[in-house]
Amino acid sequence: MISAALIRSLDRNATIFLAILAAVTFLVPFCNLVFPPGSMLHVPTYLVSLFGKYVCYALVALSIDLVWGYCGILSLGHGAFFALGGYAMGMYLMRQIGTRGVYADPILPDFMVFLNWKELPIFWYGFQNFAYASAMVLLVPGVLAFVFGWFAFRSRVTGVYLSIITQAMTYALLLGFFRNNFGFGGNNGLTDFKDILGFNVQSAGTRAALFVVSCIALALGFLICRALVTSKFGKVLVAIRDAESRTRFLGYRVESYKLFVFTLSACMAGVAGALYVPQVGIINPSEFAPANSIEAVIWVAVGGRGTLTGAVIGAILVNYAKTTFTSGPLAPYWLFVLGGLFVGVTLLLPRGIVGTYRHWKAEREEKKKAQAPAGVGHAAE
Amino acid sequence: MLTSIRVVAERPIARRWLAATAGLALSLAATVAAKAQETIKVGILHSLSGTMAISETTLKDVMLMLIDEQNKKGGLLGKKLEAVVVDPASNWPLFAEKARELISKNKVAVVFGCWTSVSRKSVLPVFKELNSILFYPVQYEGEESERNVFYTGAAPNQQAIPAVDYLAKEEKIQRWVLAGTDYVYPRTTNKIIEAYLKSKGVKQEDIMINYTPFGHSDWQTIVSDIKKFGSAGKKTAVVSTINGDANVPFYKELGNQGVSAKNIPVVAFSVGEEELAGIDTKPLLGHLAAWNYFQSVKDKSNDEFIVKWKAFTKNPKRVTNDPMEAHVIGFAMWVKAVEKVKSTDPDKVIDALPGIEAANLTGGISKMLPNHHITKPVLIGEVRGDGQFDVVSKTGLVAGDAWSKELPGSKDLIGDWVTLKCGNYNTKTKKCGGQGS
Amino acid sequence: MRMFCDRLVAFVLAFGLLLAAPAGNAQTFDAALTKFSADSFGDTEEAIAAVAASGNRMAAQVLEALQDARLAFDPASKKIYIKDKDRVLDALTGNPVPASGELETVRVNNRLRRSIEAAIGGLTLLSPDPAKRFEAAQAVFKSRDAKLMPLLDAAIAKESDASLKRALLEARAAAILNAEEAGEADKIDAVAVIRARGDQDALGLLSGLPASSPPAVARAAQAAVGAIQNQLEMWAGVQNAWYGLSLGSVLLLAAIGLAITFGVMGVINMAHGEMVMIGAYVTFSVQELIRTYNPGLFDYSLLIALPLAFIVAGAVGIAIERSIIRFLYGRPLETLLATWGLSLILQQAIRTMYGPTNREVGNPSWMSGAFELGQINVTYGRMWIICFTLVVFAALLAMLRFTRLGLEMRAVTQNRAMAASMGIRTSRIDALTFGLGSGIAGIAGVALSQIDNVSPNLGQGYIIDSFLVVVFGGVGNLWGTLVGAFTLGIANKFLEPFAGAVLGKIAILVLIILFIQKRPRGMFALKGRAVES
Repeated sequence: MISAALIRSLDRNATIFLAILAAVTFLVPFCNLVFPPGSMLHVPTYLVSLFGKYVCYALVALSIDLVWGYCGILSLGHGAFFALGGYAMGMYLMRQIGTRGVYADPILPDFMVFLNWKELPIFWYGFQNFAYASAMVLLVPGVLAFVFGWFAFRSRVTGVYLSIITQAMTYALLLGFFRNNFGFGGNNGLTDFKDILGFNVQSAGTRAALFVVSCIALALGFLICRALVTSKFGKVLVAIRDAESRTRFLGYRVESYKLFVFTLSACMAGVAGALYVPQVGIINPSEFAPANSIEAVIWVAVGGRGTLTGAVIGAILVNYAKTTFTSGPLAPYWLFVLGGLFVGVTLLLPRGIVGTYRHWKAEREEKKKAQAPAGVGHAAE
Repeated sequence: MLTSIRVVAERPIARRWLAATAGLALSLAATVAAKAQETIKVGILHSLSGTMAISETTLKDVMLMLIDEQNKKGGLLGKKLEAVVVDPASNWPLFAEKARELISKNKVAVVFGCWTSVSRKSVLPVFKELNSILFYPVQYEGEESERNVFYTGAAPNQQAIPAVDYLAKEEKIQRWVLAGTDYVYPRTTNKIIEAYLKSKGVKQEDIMINYTPFGHSDWQTIVSDIKKFGSAGKKTAVVSTINGDANVPFYKELGNQGVSAKNIPVVAFSVGEEELAGIDTKPLLGHLAAWNYFQSVKDKSNDEFIVKWKAFTKNPKRVTNDPMEAHVIGFAMWVKAVEKVKSTDPDKVIDALPGIEAANLTGGISKMLPNHHITKPVLIGEVRGDGQFDVVSKTGLVAGDAWSKELPGSKDLIGDWVTLKCGNYNTKTKKCGGQGS
Repeated sequence: MRMFCDRLVAFVLAFGLLLAAPAGNAQTFDAALTKFSADSFGDTEEAIAAVAASGNRMAAQVLEALQDARLAFDPASKKIYIKDKDRVLDALTGNPVPASGELETVRVNNRLRRSIEAAIGGLTLLSPDPAKRFEAAQAVFKSRDAKLMPLLDAAIAKESDASLKRALLEARAAAILNAEEAGEADKIDAVAVIRARGDQDALGLLSGLPASSPPAVARAAQAAVGAIQNQLEMWAGVQNAWYGLSLGSVLLLAAIGLAITFGVMGVINMAHGEMVMIGAYVTFSVQELIRTYNPGLFDYSLLIALPLAFIVAGAVGIAIERSIIRFLYGRPLETLLATWGLSLILQQAIRTMYGPTNREVGNPSWMSGAFELGQINVTYGRMWIICFTLVVFAALLAMLRFTRLGLEMRAVTQNRAMAASMGIRTSRIDALTFGLGSGIAGIAGVALSQIDNVSPNLGQGYIIDSFLVVVFGGVGNLWGTLVGAFTLGIANKFLEPFAGAVLGKIAILVLIILFIQKRPRGMFALKGRAVES
């Protein structure tokens, strides 16, 4: 059955996408590790980390596209799930530091010694264990999304109301994590990581490995989303997006569908966060900032809402633009460029980049078909 | 391939794009050619957008001015200096990314940058890993001494403790409100002050501690609480570690509720000339600030600096402040160190820096210490009506402590990169902590 | 202010003459004055005491000048001068002299300021100006200088104004409580007088009595402290409600424009905060112009800025609507994206034009200061903002209800097609509605510039709160926005004393989330078929 779902989900576009992803997954670390610095083909380590960051953002974008593009739930709080996953991983990494912290306390992370805490808070227990931490990466965002969604969808909170309360949720978490009393390092967050599973997080090898793992996570996430949206379940989701009441009257438990994708999407965002933290080297409450969540939604919109490849491309493109424009002579003006990009895309490419491309291609095929009536067009994603 | 380009070029819009791209490529090639002459690159890592732009943009300008000046003097080691400006956009992970880019891609010899503690913490691993040099110009909470970082701002013992001493002695303060924004710097500073006050016999009930979130704008309740706390018959003062944006509404509320410096003076550690430029200071007359530099300091070097700064920014109203002075000192020290070892190799420069002396702008000579902090005088200033400070007290040069003597976790620690080669050496156990990767 | 100073100087001169009669010890005054030139706080302090005690006719004038940083000395000749506008007076004689060489201002610090205030208080207790006498009484109340008792008694005997008399009596009581030699009965009477005053200053005075006070006095004081505390506790509730109203009015002001662009038009306008910011910068620009060309108009700067801010922000709003938003109707989420991009552009534009740092927007005199209402402290700025908010709200409501434009706006937002077929030019109405919402955000910026930073980030601080208020109140319902804003403001202020500022805010956010579960369309939900679309 799984193989059937796989085959169904792998249309031409998806296959091309996965092939490119696989090539990148292999080539980037390969060129980084094998070729010496200075060689034409060498990929510097900082680029590996940078690409790794993009891939994590792409996974977030994917998770947002799943709920927004296919189920019409506009979450302006996905940054919260991302950050929670990141914190879970950050806590694991903090516990790994052990006596190598500046105060050399075997148990307490530096910031707790700093604040004169005597013992580890209960919610930090178990995080020295990688398996436990990994479970938390999925569970914490998942449970939060489940509880939040359970209340919200059951009460039929929809549209902007839902968007705004998701924003309120991430804002509340932002304020909470800022508090030093909360026990997550306050504004400084968690940083100065040493190693992950015994490997030094700063070595080129670990970075390459993290990059590969991120790419695999992205590929898996993509496959799961594809399998989901091409299944009957996916059709119901789209029905909910387009006419929620009608779907409900047809006898579908709209809440359950929504709850499922919302929770799944939160878990994906959590994984993205967990992979992001060791590559970036810091997790801090500003990841909860509503602006971050809004930006993530914009990546999806730029790439093309309702197209999974679009979400990935949008995330990578916008972040690449950000990296480029924040350096060099344009640095003081990069917000004009970014802002202009957002406005331009909305006005000129309302379907996003991938959406517009597909639309254009579909139209061309229509024309061809009109000229030579033959063949069966396959549905877009 | 060629045909397809021609096909594309035949479409009018595409042709324009093609022309634009070609133009861009040409101009890029031109810049590459212009850069053929070898330069020493200096990275500037200050936010130019986002919430911190308000403070950090000035520091970028000051660095550009210093580099420009050095080039007019003939550069360094016979080469011109070249500033590489990036914008980390007040986004902490972006700080790390940009630091990496500066060091790995742009190959800068040194980086001047960061403002908030979290931005410094974010870039720290990068500087350690890639072995480069960061000059950090802002007063901070201490509890850190890293091989790759040079702290030219004040450590808590160069700001907080002298200010508290001044209040206790000059203003006969017996009751203390420690108000701060809830992040590491205020938390630590307040812990240090609290421990210090208690060691001086101040009782717990005479200390009130209050934390507010970043950008807090509604101060009605807290100001009225301060007034209430101040009406217990003992002379009360507020020690404010309130950060940036929240200060304007705080001072406005103080002024409106009639809390004057005569009744309850407020001494601030994060409010300088730049912050006051956004406030009408007449109601704030007499409130205090503790820094290592004030624009109003009368000294020849300072007067010259102010004139140059106003000329450079082409704005006669631009003010100068403490972190700017820190960059001036830091830059001068770096230049001297590079000249000393005749190289910009980070290892050599790092080893050469401790012991280097450079004139500060208040008429003294600051020295880089083995713990990578510097000696500075502590100045207490009272707010004047024109947004400047009157210096009411000035100490001699105080050596910056990387580790506070007032905190139980760090009282035995010292940083010494000259003989011990260790940032957190425990004098009790005779061991160097934190020796990880 | 300037006029006030003039009057003050005139008065001080007159009063100084009165005092000068018995004195005539010019020698000591001269010696005291010279100490000012030492530029040391210790010497200055001695000089203040000596000048105050000298009884010289110039004493008050010298101290006033010292307080306002107008007292200067010539470092070469050690002579002391008073700077009076563009004239320079010899401090010894009060005669104008030609300005000679570089004059340095005599510096003071807080301790000296307190001494000066107390000294001036002593010198002006008998002033013919009632306001001055009141200030003097307050100064003596704070300085508790027992040496002033005879002067106080004289002032009390002469005083005819009841409230002034009470202030003087309180000052006298404060002085008695601080005097070693005063009798126990007098002190207990004094405690009663202070107890009747009942505010925080009284509390401070009574809880900080000298340790040498007789036990009976200490007991009376303790009882009084308890009573005052109880009373203040009761007032605290009222005070919190007031703070809540004030916070609510700020929220309402920030949200009310959004209630139009988002609530009525359905545009998720993320650039709303930037309209507020533009309003604040208009205020700044107006004040800059006034400062440069006509400082006398400063008190009217806000009134001038209001229509300008409305026009500028409104025009920007219309421009945005015409160039961007109009292509996006019916696609609310796209408007989110485009307006977010716009907000980035506007922020950076302001940053480029005005620089990234805070700009100073001054408070006109009628917006500064506070008055006591019972035991609660009402600041003028906050009070005017509440009034202003309510006026804006009422005006907006009236506009929508009673004008033709308002009617057309309602028609278009309720049923566009129908409105169009009735001959309404819907596109024009769209532009005007968006302009109206933006313009109101602009005038909100004028008000907010009085209490908050004027920086490019100004708008960011309000955008989330504004959306929460509109959604909490119910989208598309102005009354909902009003009630929502005040509910959130007051709830926040009542939570803050218990939970602290951060936890209080978190609690409010959680409450909003829970409330939306209960009423998924806000407090005042629109009903009918329009809702689903």
